Amino acid sequence: MRADDRPAPGPGSPAPGPYAPADAFLYPGLHRRGFLAAASGAAAVGALALAGCGAGGSGSDGSGGDAGPPRRGGRLRAAFAGGGANETLDPHLANLFSDVARAKALFDKLADFGADLTPRPRLAASWQPNKTLDRWTVTLRKAAFHHGRPVTADDVLFSFRRIADPAKAFRSKADLDPIDLKASRAKDPRTVEFHLKRPTAEFPDVLAAFGAYIVPAGTRSFDRPVGSGPFRHVSFAPGRSTVLRRFDDYWDGAPHLDELEFVAADEESARVNALLGGQVEYAHELSPATARAHEGRGQIRIVRLKNSAMQAFAMKTDRPPFDDKRVRQAFFLLADRAELVRGALSGAGEIGNDLFGKGYAYYADGLPQRTQDLDRARQLLKQAGAQNLKVTLDTSDVAAGFTEAAGIFRDQAAKAGVRITVRHRDKDSYWSDILESGTLCSYRSGAMPIEMHLSQRLLTDSTTNATHWHHKDFDALYQQARSTADRGERTALYGRMQRRLHAEGGFLVWGFADWIVGTAQRVRGVSRTAPANSLDWARFDKVWLA
Amino acid sequence: MSGLRSFVVRRLVLGAGQTAGVVLLVFALTEALPGDAAVTLAGDRPEPERIAAIRASMRLDLPAYERLAHWAGGLLHGDLGRSLVTGRPVTGYLADGLAPTLLLAALTVALLVPAGVGLGVLAARREGGRADRLISSVTLGIYAVPEFAFGVLLVFVFALRLGWLPPTAVGYGGDLLARPAALVLPVAVLLARPVCSISRLVRAGMLDALASPYVAQARRYGIGAARIRYAHALPNAVAPAAQQLARTVDWLLGGVIVVEALFVIPGLGTVLLTAVSARDIPVVQGLAVVFGVLTVALNLAADLVTHRLAPRTGVAA
Repeated sequence: MRADDRPAPGPGSPAPGPYAPADAFLYPGLHRRGFLAAASGAAAVGALALAGCGAGGSGSDGSGGDAGPPRRGGRLRAAFAGGGANETLDPHLANLFSDVARAKALFDKLADFGADLTPRPRLAASWQPNKTLDRWTVTLRKAAFHHGRPVTADDVLFSFRRIADPAKAFRSKADLDPIDLKASRAKDPRTVEFHLKRPTAEFPDVLAAFGAYIVPAGTRSFDRPVGSGPFRHVSFAPGRSTVLRRFDDYWDGAPHLDELEFVAADEESARVNALLGGQVEYAHELSPATARAHEGRGQIRIVRLKNSAMQAFAMKTDRPPFDDKRVRQAFFLLADRAELVRGALSGAGEIGNDLFGKGYAYYADGLPQRTQDLDRARQLLKQAGAQNLKVTLDTSDVAAGFTEAAGIFRDQAAKAGVRITVRHRDKDSYWSDILESGTLCSYRSGAMPIEMHLSQRLLTDSTTNATHWHHKDFDALYQQARSTADRGERTALYGRMQRRLHAEGGFLVWGFADWIVGTAQRVRGVSRTAPANSLDWARFDKVWLA
Repeated sequence: MSGLRSFVVRRLVLGAGQTAGVVLLVFALTEALPGDAAVTLAGDRPEPERIAAIRASMRLDLPAYERLAHWAGGLLHGDLGRSLVTGRPVTGYLADGLAPTLLLAALTVALLVPAGVGLGVLAARREGGRADRLISSVTLGIYAVPEFAFGVLLVFVFALRLGWLPPTAVGYGGDLLARPAALVLPVAVLLARPVCSISRLVRAGMLDALASPYVAQARRYGIGAARIRYAHALPNAVAPAAQQLARTVDWLLGGVIVVEALFVIPGLGTVLLTAVSARDIPVVQGLAVVFGVLTVALNLAADLVTHRLAPRTGVAA
């Protein structure tokens, strides 16, 4: 199982920002930084069915069609939007794409997600549940940290306990919640026995959770980080550059590159210019306009990572007008999805069908594609007594395309007599603001397994339930899936849940955005299928310079 | 001279008060922004429990006045506090951001003064002459272009098309001096508009001065044209430009975010922008102190220079 080349789950990200001209020193309009949205799964539940050993790596499609044997050597410079002077090398604090890219170069997780968002073994060689799915035995592969010490079960437990520290609020703390870390133990140096608080069929998803990196036991400081990843630390200047060097004893084969440097360039135009000017060989997160301008022109290569970010409007299902399912159904029918993808994503994406996870394992792709039907929408609104409906749509430039999509949807809704007022919210606190307040908002999510999306956002006790979808019977189906060992049965259960969401859920999922990466012509081995945040996204150990 | 000294002392006291006022205002405004550092750090995982835990770890659960008092107490010992986000000292943030900003500002001013004054004097030699018309139309034209657009244009032509200069300073970080080529375009963008405004002011001042009774008197005494121009007219003409120069230097030292972002130079503007988005109040306050002190010092210096160049204008406190 190597040669994996699959996409990964993605984050939400930030919007490239326009600048404002002028003499003033502060331009609040500059948006930088993208949150990787959601990539993490909170609850982990799940179930990969493969209980046994390693889930396999099926689908390796190699290096994106680059012919020829990899060439060793060279230094690759990769430009990402960064976190400015607040950047850190602590992998458990990873939040931005640049953090994750660095973290995965320096560290490993026990598992990571393939292109279909199923977990692939990494530091874990295999995993095996007991009959009741509440005790999992994970066997570690032979791997060593950069300072030579082998990776052991103690390191795994130390890392997970650090993440779960109640005083620390690390991002993936909620993801590890199913694990009873007090009871879990090291059976021998290469075997961890995880005791869970409840049956969790999809437990390997937890091992792949966003930020669940393994650090050496006892690590307190990450000034000179030691991991087991493909590259070792050389130097780090927050908000400027991170230099790493090949780790020759990497368990998955030493990287082809001698050196890897991450540089921070918050503006999209700066990343493109640096790439065109030969100052970097890899530029993450380009705009669709840039991609169109340079695609096929021979100067740089454009890589589009499909299904990287779900684009949606979230309706609060517990309050008027969306507490009436006919109003939600009418809203589903108001959207002209193709126009939204063209207008808000500049065509860089595909349409959605009101369900999360297109292209991922368990996705209910048998359901008919919903299309705009204004007459039917009017009819439903009339039945619900909601003619001349007025709704406020909260949005923000926290993510690329949000404000554009809001404007387009407002005009589409007007055709059926629904008056939408678009309200701009502060981008820095947007995700928190929309969680409880308002009735309708722009929403997006990075890639994650469908079961994580369900457990984080659609259960009564989910911590980020932006649609306020509270249904006991829906929760029960989820609990049932979580305790079901048979993959086929679980697929059927997830299918039932998705049919319900498709029929009357709170997410109007209108599209899935591509994540766009630009590389120099001589860069090879960049995966073209991995959604942002999955294993093969920003996987520089497989990249080489021709 | 004692009048001047008491003026300086008064201005310094007033400046300290103004700086304190700015810091208070910045604190209040940052507090008034929606969300706090815990909310922004939680980002797209705004689980209430997580935000509460982050808030507690940042001690944001203390009342605002207590946090301000704690910070002000540290300031009296020269301690600007620590970043809420990383726990690193604020002075480190300021030092990292100040180096590139100072370098850019120093280079810009070093070129700005001779270029601005020279062009102004040249244009004023003969009002409406060919040199005047050429200089005036070019400077007004450039002045009308925003920095961002001008920067994009320069990058496109000189970096991407002609390949003479690097398009950005990405990855050079604090080591900009070692790569002087990367500084050419940013300094050109920073120079563009100030050169225009200063040369316009000098030109106007020169024309006024050359038309004044004292210059006419000097001419009647038979003093040479060059001496009249440079020894008598120019000092008066430069006085208003000195005030404008102080404002320009202040603007440069604030970190010109447009230029920093376009050319990837991590100066004070970038530090400020990051700190505000993260609601990292100690860093924002540290910057407010630095900007306040700089502004007060620069304006005082400009007044003193004006006073020296043209004593009759007096000094207004």
